[in-house]
Formats: sequence, C-alpha cells, structure tokens
Amino acid sequence: MISIVFLVAAAIAVIFAVLTVVPRNPTTNLLSLVVMFFAMAAIFAILGMDFLAAIQIIVYSGAILVLFLFVIMLLNIRRVEAFGSGRAIQALLGTLVAAGIGGIVLVIAGLLRPVAGGVLPGVVNTGTAIPIGRALLSSHLFAFEFITLLLVAAIVGAFYLGKREEE
Amino acid sequence: MLGSLWLIPIICLAGAVFNLALGVLRTPKSVVTLVGVGSVGAATIAAYAALWEFLHQPVEVIVEPYFTWISAGAVNVNASFQLDPLSAVMVAFVTVVGFLIHVYSIGYMHSETDAGYARYFAYLNLFMFSMLLLVLGSNLPVTFIGWEGVGLCSYLLIGYYYDKKWCAAAGKKAFIVNRIGDLGFLLAIFATIAWFGSTEFTEIFPAAALHPDHFATAATVIGLLLFVGAIGKSAQIPLYVWLPDAMAGPTPVSALIHAATMVTAGVYMVVRANVFYRMSPTAMLVVAIVGGITAIFAATIGLVQNDIKKVLAYSTVSQLGYMFLGAGVGAFVAAIFHVVTHAFFKACLFLGSGSVIHACGGDQDMRTMGGLRKHMPTTYWTFLAATLAISGIPIFAGFFSKDEILAKAYEAGAGNLNGFGATYHLLWFLGLAGALLTAFYMFRVVYMTFHGEFRGAEETEHHLHESPPSMTGPLVILGVLSIIGGFLGFPGQLFGKSGLNLIEDFMHPVILPIAATAHGVAEGSAHAEHAVGLGTEWVLVAVSVAVAVLGIMIARRFYLGPQAFALPRRLADRFGFAYKLLLNKYWVDEIYDVLIVMPMYRFAIFCWKVVDELIIDTIFVNGAAFTVELTGDLMRFTTTGNVRNYALAVALAVFALAAFMW
Amino acid sequence: MDAVAVPYTWVLALSAVLFAIGTMGVLLRRNGIAIFLSLEIMLNSANLAFAAFAFRFASGHATAAAALDGQVFIFFVIAVAAAEAAVGLALFILLQRRKGSIDVDRANILRW
Repeated sequence: MISIVFLVAAAIAVIFAVLTVVPRNPTTNLLSLVVMFFAMAAIFAILGMDFLAAIQIIVYSGAILVLFLFVIMLLNIRRVEAFGSGRAIQALLGTLVAAGIGGIVLVIAGLLRPVAGGVLPGVVNTGTAIPIGRALLSSHLFAFEFITLLLVAAIVGAFYLGKREEE
Repeated sequence: MLGSLWLIPIICLAGAVFNLALGVLRTPKSVVTLVGVGSVGAATIAAYAALWEFLHQPVEVIVEPYFTWISAGAVNVNASFQLDPLSAVMVAFVTVVGFLIHVYSIGYMHSETDAGYARYFAYLNLFMFSMLLLVLGSNLPVTFIGWEGVGLCSYLLIGYYYDKKWCAAAGKKAFIVNRIGDLGFLLAIFATIAWFGSTEFTEIFPAAALHPDHFATAATVIGLLLFVGAIGKSAQIPLYVWLPDAMAGPTPVSALIHAATMVTAGVYMVVRANVFYRMSPTAMLVVAIVGGITAIFAATIGLVQNDIKKVLAYSTVSQLGYMFLGAGVGAFVAAIFHVVTHAFFKACLFLGSGSVIHACGGDQDMRTMGGLRKHMPTTYWTFLAATLAISGIPIFAGFFSKDEILAKAYEAGAGNLNGFGATYHLLWFLGLAGALLTAFYMFRVVYMTFHGEFRGAEETEHHLHESPPSMTGPLVILGVLSIIGGFLGFPGQLFGKSGLNLIEDFMHPVILPIAATAHGVAEGSAHAEHAVGLGTEWVLVAVSVAVAVLGIMIARRFYLGPQAFALPRRLADRFGFAYKLLLNKYWVDEIYDVLIVMPMYRFAIFCWKVVDELIIDTIFVNGAAFTVELTGDLMRFTTTGNVRNYALAVALAVFALAAFMW
Repeated sequence: MDAVAVPYTWVLALSAVLFAIGTMGVLLRRNGIAIFLSLEIMLNSANLAFAAFAFRFASGHATAAAALDGQVFIFFVIAVAAAEAAVGLALFILLQRRKGSIDVDRANILRW
C-alpha cells in the first residue's frame, strides 16, 4: 500500500523537479519547486520522519521559497534565456557529468541489499519532535548552537550585502 | 721524545700558522725570522732527540698511532707515525738541510717586503710540516697527505712572485703535472686496500713477503701505480716537465724542494715498497728503464743550457733518474744513499748559484758571468766541492753513492737479474755515459761562472761581492757534508772488510726477506751480489772515475783558458740541428702543448660553449622557464570568469572522485 | 501498523535521479534564480539520501540512535540551506544592481 504512495510521491517529485529546471519562466520554476517540496515531505512522512516532513514544508516551502518569490518580484525578473543555451561544451559536459554522478549513485543503490521488512515500533517512535528535540539539545548541542551562529551570520551578511549604496 | 713523534712536524706547522698571522699583521722581519727559522730549528733538535733514543733501543720499527682517522666499514686508517731505519734516515737529512736552507733564506729574501717575507717563511714551514708528515707516516694515506701537502707548497712557493705571470704559470704547471702522478698514488692506495685490507706499512709488506705467490699480481699492480706517483713527484719521463719551469721560484725554494727533499719523495716511496718491486720483475724493470733513460736524457739537455738554474734543474732530474735506476736494479739502500748525498751537494749547488745570482743582481745567464771566484771565494770553494761530489770524484760524497748504483747495475746485468740481463747491461752503460755528461756539464758551469774573465756589464762588475754570513754559513756546512757525507756508506766490502758500510747495515731491516715462491724464484736470483768478483768491482770503480775525469777534462778544454768557447761554438755550428734540439729540450713542452694541452683546452671550450651554454643553459634552464611560461599562457584560458564553467569544473571533480572511489 | 514496504534503496535511487536533475539545472541554466532553485533540488536530494539511510538503520533493533542522527543531520542541512539562500539572494540583488541583469554569464570580470 504505502509503496504505491511512495511511487506516486516519487513520480511527482521527479516531474516537478524537471519542471523546476527546464522552463524559462522563473515563477514556473519556483512554484514547481514548491510542489516538489511537498512531494519530498510526503516521502519523509512515509519513512516515518514526521517532524522532518513538517519542518520541510514550514521552512523550505514556507520560508525559503517565499524569500525567493519576493526576490523575483523585487527584481522584476522575466524569462531570461532558454534551457541549455550558452556554450555548447558547457551544455554537453554538464549533461554528461550530471548523468554520470547520478548514474554512479544509482549503481551503488542497485548494489546495496535492501533490508527486508519495514517499519518497526522504533521508527515510529523516533520520527517525532520529542526524540529529535532531545537529541538536538543533548548529543548534538554544539552543532545546534553553531547553527544558531550561522544563521545570525547569514542575517548580518544578507543585511549588509543588500544595503542600498549611498549615491 | 719517542712517544711524541708528532711534535716534530707540528712545530713546523705552528711556525707556518704563526707566520701567516704575522704576515697579515706586518710584523718586522726579525720576529718572522725567529718564528720561521726557530721552528725548524726546534723541529730538528726534536727529531735528533727522537733519533738518539731510537738508536739506543733494540726495536727496529716503532709505530705510534694517534687517533682513528678513517673508519668506514672494513677500512680502518689510523693517523700514526712510524720510525724505522728508512724514515730515520729521511728525517735526519730533511730536517738538517731544511734548517740550513731556512737560515740561508734570511739573507737571500732580505729585500722582500715584510708581508712577502712572512709569507715565504710560512709556506716554507708548511712545506717542512708536509715533508715530515710524508716521511714519518706509517701508512699510505698519511703519507699521501704529506705527498699532497708538499705538492701544494711547491705550487705556492714556485708562484711566490705571483705578480709575474710566468711564475704563476710555472706554479700551476708543477701542481697539475704532479696531480697526474698523484692519481697513480691514489689508485695504489685503493688497490692496497682491496688486496690487503689495510694500508699500514707494518702490515702490508710483511704480508706480501710471506706469501709472494698470493700477492704476485698485487705487487706488480701496486708497484707500478706507486711508481706512476713517483714519476710525477720526482720528475721522471714523461712527467719531468714541471721541474725546469719550477726554477721561477726563489733559489732557496729550488734548493729545498726541487733538489733535496720533495723530489726525493718518489724515491722514498719506491724504497719503502721495495718488497713489491722485488716480488715483481716487471715493475722493477720499468723503474730501472724509466730511471736510466731519464738520467741520460736530462743530462743531454743540461749540456747546452745557459741559465745556471736550468742546468741544475736538469741535473736534478738526471740524478733522480740514477736513484730510480738504483732501485730498479735492486739497490734500494744505494738509492737512498744517493738521495742523502744528492741532498747535500745539490742543495749546496743551488744555494751557491743563489749566491752568484744575488751578486750579479738577479742575472742568471752564465754567458754574462765569469771570473767570479775572485769576488766570491767562499761560494767558489763550496760550489767546487759540491761539483766534485756530483761528478763522482773519489772521497767526495757523490762518488760512493753513484758508484754503488752503477756497480749494482752492472751486477744486475752480469747476474741476469730476473732474466733481463741484457737490458740491465744497457742501463749500466747509459748510466756510465750519463756520469760522463754530468761531470762535463757541471764543470762547464764552474768554468763559465767562476773562471776566466767577467763577461757581464761594467756596472754589475762593480757590485760583485760575497754573500753575507747567513748565506755563506749554510754553504760551508753543506760543502763540508758534500766532502765527508760519502763515508756514511763506505764500501767496506771492496777492502774485504764488512761493517764499514754504515748506511747499508743500518737500513738492512727495511729490506724484508721474501719467502720462496712456488716457481722457485727465490731471493737468490734477485740478489746477484756474488755474480761479480772483487776484481771486477775494482775495475768498475776505476772505469767510473776515469769517465768522470774525462768529462772534467773535456769541459776544461772547452771552457777554460784562452781557447774558451771556441771549440763549443764550432761544434754548435757544425751540429746545428743537434744543438738546437738540446737547447730547446727536445721540444717536449711544445709537443705536450700540441698533443695534450691544446686538445684539453679545446675540449674545455667545447664544454663551455656547447654543453654549458647551448645545451644546459638554453635547452634546460631557459627551456624550463619557457615551458612554464607557455603552460601559463595556455592555462589562462581556463579562467573564463564564467561562474558556470567553474561550477562545471567542480562537478567534474566530484564525478571523478566518485568514479575513482567506486 | 503494516510493514512499510519501501526498500531504502528505492529512496536512494530517487535521490540519485533528483541529484542529477539538480546538477543539470545548475550547470546548464543562465538565470541566477533558476540556478539557485536547482541548487535547492540538489540539497533536497542529499537530504533524501540521509533519510534513506536513517530509515535503513532504524529498521534494525537497537539502532534508533542512528535514525536520530540522520534526522538531526537533515535538520541541520535545512538550516544551512536557509542561511545560504538568504545570503545568496542578497548577492543576486547586488548583481542585479551592478550588472543590470542576473544572467550569470554576464558576471565575468575575472576573465583573463
């Protein structure tokens, strides 16, 4: 049962990923990405990571992509150019490299033996907020605080870079 | 003193160092003299103290190891000295003659600057240090250090007047030609290590003597290699060319280095290694042939030279040839005996010529001399004594030593030594002929310089004077030694009395007995002592004396009296080519120049222009730079400034890594 | 509760495909915003890979900690992506002001 859900979510993800990359209209790209993120959240949920699925939607779709949308509107960005334009060698090599990396991972994935079975009570228990919160504030405390610092730095940086110059 | 033999050379070294420092500080000459001459004097006293002790104790060979010098795997070389009859004899006359020449130099070098004076004595002391190191060394490497050291000092002193280009060139020539011989010495050291595993004299010679079969090839090879070194150092054919040019140095230097001591180092080495030569007929024959031919060859050149020092130089080469001839016929003790007597009379001759040159205001050409015996009696009588010695007139020193060499050469011929009897006969004859020539050209010098009328400029004649006592003192001492020195080796066997030949008996332990070989070539046939009877020996003596007297008489006829110079001039005109040949020393220097020097010079230029400038500089050095520049120029096209290209590069790298790790 | 019949290798394969798509977007587009969006796809695919492995180790017996680690890491990745997006967009705004366009091919002053 859940397999099918997974397959559907996966298909949506792939299709809308392609729609993010290929079309020329930036707004199209952005909104396709939003849908893709939803599909990703679904997959997280299927895997039992509820908290993360929520975070994915709230932070990614709700904050980051909104930010993108604002910038698109601020800069009044229209369609710029076609997919794959520019120097031919860039396009060719780019495609090859991308396919290559993907291919390698696929092959690795194929070689790994799938663990039979599926969800155990453990999975259900670790995907919620409480266990993650505990982990964040105990064993991963240092990284957590550091992320805080990083975010502050990002804010300051964005602020500074975005400042309008005095003429 | 016997426990501290090292003091003897070190005193001289200290003197050298002091004088170098004093020269820099421009101290007055009196201080330099005190240090320079005093150090050698002290060394002489120390040496004789050691010798006195040595004579009064029973041991024949004393080795004093000081410290381990080289310790590399199987090779162990100690810095150590050895005192045995041979080195004792060498030390005895080297120190005394050296000291006398140092004293002589005080007067001779008086007119030099303070700095130059100090430099002279510093180098001279350094030379004494090296020479003493050479003769006291107990193994080949230590001897080699001394060997190289004397070569260095020879270069420094020949080029003493370094601002004159030809003096500097002469110094270079001496050093370079010496170096060729040194290669032989080095190879001999390596061969000795390879065959014997050691280089100590007290180890290799007894080892070889006990197992002559086993070390037969070793003896030949090492013997020949050592002789190559001796050819260079002792100016034999073909490496003698540096000695006549070395006369560019101050005369005391010529006396000390190129007559009495350094050039005899080769003979010393050959006698030291007498075991090898007695085991190898080939090597011994080579030594004899080279020595004999050099003896007569140099004598012919000396016949017609007009520079007084050049005559003495060629005479030295010739006399060295006699010493090697002695060694080559098995008369090793006689060779050393001749070294000693030669030191006395040749030093006396050189110092006397220095006195003459000094009086003539620096002129060395005998054609502008004459009649000097009126003005310089002391110089004349000592010079005459030394000339009688070198000519081999009985009682005088050279007679006993040279006669013994010739007698042994004849014995070798008569006794068919090692089967080369005919060759040895021929060599004896050449030696005899050389004796005739020696007497002739030496008395030519005496007559041209001291007899007759003065042929030089008026002005010079007014300044003719005897030399100061600091110069005539040593002359007198050496003159006396030239007269009585021969009695060291009085051939008592001629009178049926043994034990009169002091030097022969003293040096007997140096000639180690060699065991019989498998081929039955026992010592017997190498010692052709009794091949010649007593009567024949007396005849030989008479013949040598007669030959010498004949030479003197011919010289007298040619150069003395109202008819002086007429006959030689006629002969020179008649045999024009022969005269030119001899005057130009057989054009050997020119031949060497064409055959060896110019090709090397051109090769050096080739290495410079082609190999260095073209190949290395242009292709490799500049080429490397050019390649780097080119690569840079090409690589800059990768910095497109386009971010996407950079991103592609990163992605490519990731892909490559992933592929590689997988 | 049924067993989840999602082999984690499928999730991994999906991650690979998404990564390839994202990479192509980054390398082949000239629009700065589009590049950024493709970058987000790549980050997400990485998150997916983490999730796959976290899921795999969670299927074990006492390896709940591994699952936790994986999820925590995804959390951090999201946070970093947010920070990066903020700064990157600020840069794009600057680029627009200087060059008048966000075509990245136009920002090539560092050319030789």
